[in-house]
Amino acid sequence: MKIAVCVKQVPDATVHKRIDPATKRLDRSGEAALNPTDLNAVEEALRIKEAQGGEVVLVSLGPEKALDSLRKALAMGADRAVLVSDEAAAGSDLLGTAQALAGALERESADLVLFGQSSGDSDGAVLWAAVADRLRRPVISQVASLTAEADSVTGKRQTEHGYDVIRAPLPAIVAVSDAINEPRYPSLKGIMGAKSKAQETLALADVGVDTSAAGEAGSRTTVLELAPPPSRGDQVKIEDDGSAAQKVLDIVVERKLL
Amino acid sequence: MKSLVYLEHYHGELEKGGLGVLGKAASLGDAAGVVLGEGAAEVAAAAGAFGAAKVYACDAPELATPLPQARVDALATLVEQSSPDAVLFGASVLSADVASGLAARLGAGLNWDLTDLAERDGELVGTRPALGDTVIVEVGWTAGPRLGLIRSGALDPVESGGTAEVETFETSFSDFSTLATLVEQTQEESSGPSIEDADIIVAGGRGLGSPEGFTMLEELAAALGGAVGATRAVVDAGWYPYSTQVGQTGKTVSPKLYIACGISGAIQHKVGMQGSGTIVAINKDPNAPIFDFCDVGVVGDLHQVVPKLTELVRARA
Repeated sequence: MKIAVCVKQVPDATVHKRIDPATKRLDRSGEAALNPTDLNAVEEALRIKEAQGGEVVLVSLGPEKALDSLRKALAMGADRAVLVSDEAAAGSDLLGTAQALAGALERESADLVLFGQSSGDSDGAVLWAAVADRLRRPVISQVASLTAEADSVTGKRQTEHGYDVIRAPLPAIVAVSDAINEPRYPSLKGIMGAKSKAQETLALADVGVDTSAAGEAGSRTTVLELAPPPSRGDQVKIEDDGSAAQKVLDIVVERKLL
Repeated sequence: MKSLVYLEHYHGELEKGGLGVLGKAASLGDAAGVVLGEGAAEVAAAAGAFGAAKVYACDAPELATPLPQARVDALATLVEQSSPDAVLFGASVLSADVASGLAARLGAGLNWDLTDLAERDGELVGTRPALGDTVIVEVGWTAGPRLGLIRSGALDPVESGGTAEVETFETSFSDFSTLATLVEQTQEESSGPSIEDADIIVAGGRGLGSPEGFTMLEELAAALGGAVGATRAVVDAGWYPYSTQVGQTGKTVSPKLYIACGISGAIQHKVGMQGSGTIVAINKDPNAPIFDFCDVGVVGDLHQVVPKLTELVRARA
């Protein structure tokens, strides 16, 4: 089975994230890493490959330096990486991003496309459905356990009301949640081998996207203003010496919350 | 501004998330609702009491199961027919995929994770907390139709006492839209008040130590007349039902009082509860991030503090 995993480079969890007031975009200049949930998607792809054979291809959109992060997933065991990198793509909204990824995925024509459910930089949980619509393929999202067969995938997911089990014929698109597995750490051999694996960089034109439809120019959404969040005010700190419950109750009563 | 609000329904009732968005849309102009799926036309009229002057309904076998792609077909048809300025959604597992698919289909802009909407100089603007809610971003659209996905629980339904005209419509379906099928559905029974309706929420995380720890929280919640919430970590671990999950992939809540027990305060959880009136955090780790955004921080053993608090609350009654 040929599996494409869409991954994204995001600022590392240890970096204090900020939005650049000039461009109103996320400052991506610092230490970067793969979006954590993408590692779950890579892990799931590797497990399917190990069981059934096939190939795992990473597909990403981002600046050249995103290759550094892609190498981590190559070290885990992915076979090769395709990065769509184009200055004209900077500032793309959902639509532009979906178009570029769909273009790159079309070239690969994988049986299964995996996404990690949430993106660590934009708190977004929506990209896969847009890509699925572009590619005209079935989509299953929020998948917490996945079974892949020769011609179909079945995913179980939590919903507001319980669990759904959804099946889709291949080729299909699946977004997995981080509850699905525990991503492996790359082995030393994997790390050593990652650099020599194929890493292809494509421009927007290579994936059939008109540069005027991409980036900020092609974006249908815009950021108008940035502001700090409202402050919570003064804080009461209590070290429990046996009287904390009483102190909490007193505050709750004083604030007329009961 | 003319908006179309996507309304989900469950067991014959419209869901609160969509109705909250409807109320906001009605305050900004002409708001119509759209209800899809089995029994849509019967459920639709109820939206009149929450601000819709008109509700479109479409019932087809393709829309019977809670899957997104056939819904994109139906909404694309309706947008073409009714040309709204905005198409708005209350976020849910299902609606997020519907909104995203519709954006791709229409070539439209989607702003998501919004907590509020407003009109400024005739233009729709959305409020979007970003980067773990450390910055508030005001977002707009450069072209119509403007698609917006509003955080679950961010907007409360407003009873307008009006009535709505229900209009049914028909749609065709794309070949790929019905390929995914629902093979099994399990529904969780929930007991006690729901976290969306409660004025007081007692929530638990990993720090409870075991699923049994929730019994203690249920007792405190019962004494306070509140509901029990949970973090994603404990829901994923199977300690407590998903319907109680507070956070980015669960529900956004804003009770008057939120008591966080054994919750570290990961961003995923924080974004779902920081709109609460007063936040009390009980955690034995003084360095837990939750102490940075609570109003009352108790450093101590929750197994001591919680039962004691329950006892004191009961003694007051």
